Amino acid sequence: MSRSAKRAIVAIVALAALSPLASAQSTKLGLGREATAAEIAAWDIDVRPDGHGLPPGKGTVKQGEDLYIAQCANCHGDFGEGRDRWPVLAGGHGSLRHERPDKTVGSFWPHQSTVFDYIKRAMPFGNAQSLTNDEVYALTAYLLHLNEIIKDTNFELNQKNFLSIKMPNADAFYDDDRETAEKSFWGAKPCMTNCLKEPPKIGSRARVLDVTPDNKSAPRVD
Amino acid sequence: MTTDTNRRRFLTSALAGSAAIASGEAALAQDKAKGAAATVIKSNPKNLPPNVPIWSKVLGDSVAAHPYGKPSKFEKHVVRRDVEWLTASRESSVNFTPLHELDGIITPNGLCFERHHGGAAEINPLDHRLLVHGLVDKPLMFTMDDLKRFPRTNRVHFLECAANSGMEWRGAQLNGCQFTHGMVHNVMYTGVLLKDILAEAGVKPTAKWLQVEGADSAAMNRSLPIEKALADAMLAFKMNGEALRTEQGYPLRLVVPGWEGNLWVKWIRRIEVGDQPWLAREETSKYTDLMSDGRSRRYTFIMDAKSVVTNPSPEAPLRHKGRNVLSGLAWSGRGKISRVDVTLDGGRNWREARIDGLVLDRSLTRFYIDVDWTGQEMMIQSRAHDETGYVQPTKDELRKIRGANNIYHNNGIQTWLVRANGETENVEIG
Repeated sequence: MSRSAKRAIVAIVALAALSPLASAQSTKLGLGREATAAEIAAWDIDVRPDGHGLPPGKGTVKQGEDLYIAQCANCHGDFGEGRDRWPVLAGGHGSLRHERPDKTVGSFWPHQSTVFDYIKRAMPFGNAQSLTNDEVYALTAYLLHLNEIIKDTNFELNQKNFLSIKMPNADAFYDDDRETAEKSFWGAKPCMTNCLKEPPKIGSRARVLDVTPDNKSAPRVD
Repeated sequence: MTTDTNRRRFLTSALAGSAAIASGEAALAQDKAKGAAATVIKSNPKNLPPNVPIWSKVLGDSVAAHPYGKPSKFEKHVVRRDVEWLTASRESSVNFTPLHELDGIITPNGLCFERHHGGAAEINPLDHRLLVHGLVDKPLMFTMDDLKRFPRTNRVHFLECAANSGMEWRGAQLNGCQFTHGMVHNVMYTGVLLKDILAEAGVKPTAKWLQVEGADSAAMNRSLPIEKALADAMLAFKMNGEALRTEQGYPLRLVVPGWEGNLWVKWIRRIEVGDQPWLAREETSKYTDLMSDGRSRRYTFIMDAKSVVTNPSPEAPLRHKGRNVLSGLAWSGRGKISRVDVTLDGGRNWREARIDGLVLDRSLTRFYIDVDWTGQEMMIQSRAHDETGYVQPTKDELRKIRGANNIYHNNGIQTWLVRANGETENVEIG
């Protein structure tokens, strides 16, 4: 955890006796109204890696393929290869240490819940929240199939077996360690005069590299 | 030379520069050319001394002419710009703040860079609701009017996209300060503290994380640690005194001081309190930092200290020998800026810049170097220090630890090469 976050926690603990949470009952302002169960259910579309929020439903790889061709392939390509500059969804296995890594669902995404959660809330692009839960199960199954995580085309993904799937890159994430791994950036007393033994050399220039890139080599901000 | 002639000379040279550069640069060049071509302004000798200029003779516009004021027509080139080839669609895309045209520390509302994942939602504030639910005593639904009845606070903070300078990890690529550093802005927010809203719902002791979610067509969702939510996060409804701009999350956005811009959910409609993170798309597939060993850092929320010289820069070349004002911005997600060093000779010798104006916690900070330029080639860099003792690293120092596939959190030192004719280019030295 970050230094400033730790500081914040210390401050919170120190103030615990006075904190709004500790004395919540006495400090309520009576603003807002109680949300109804129906309102919460309609908006609560998130799905977490532990299965929290996973709705009832089911869908097969084959059903997902039909949906994918109809609603997704136009941007993402027939095989998840990504048309134009739309995101690549499949492939890239073993590419994460390469100069041009392909960070796809299969090669990079650590949790299948993220696939479900994202499709459900944001896809298809321009027609968000239009898919049924069964359709999202089917599309998730198909994307996992495109990435060879689900091999059987007859496989049905559902609420019960959802958590049995393990994503290949699941264990490759670790919490921010900049304050230890990059400790040398703190407390340095940088040189101010006669700092270089040799004159600085220009290593790269925007005017040379600043070419309109093709689809594969262009930098991305997404 | 007069200001107007200078402007014309500058704009003409910008045009010539665009035409001259390699055809491969077509996209950016066209963009630059379009921007410049639209704004070629000529000086009129009849308005120059000793003549009496036209504006001294005739009446100007009435007070009814501009119910909502706009910048002078001579400032039309000061706009956000995007790079069309950068993203697949312009709805899920980004544009950039024209840092080289601004001064002081506050970004005008209409020039704050935009980053949307499903376009800028247009929301009637009467129909906007904020839902707080999950691990709370009582789930609550708030109207905008409800939120404006909580105790109000004002804070100035920078918002920087984690991908700012992300195109530059492998070396100098984009020839313009607007494009290399323009995914940052700094405004005064008015709003309410998130801790007060959470207290109203009553957060259960098992709460550790919040999911914050937008009402846009991306339903942008991120996980926010409860400590940060209680420490200083805000729900803002005003920026620089007026209502949030549509593209900045009108009518309500989250403010997460010092942390990466993606967490500052716009059009925020829902806060779910939970006991673990959601690991949504924008905190796994995106906004995680791929290291050279193939593993990835996650939860890299804080934006480390960074700075850039905004003038001169490729879009703002030096135009005079003799006295010049070099200017730049520094900021840190960990606190206040304590010092900025500047070198003009590629790092051989450094001097402390003059910091001017307000120095605020996790805010852009303005610095100047007053220079007598004899026309020698310069390699200009700036290096920020913050109050935690962090010193802005070089790009080589960052790559040594992280590799070049990080995309995010590139806070390395920027180099501008200024040639004898004042033209300025984005380069990397080593």
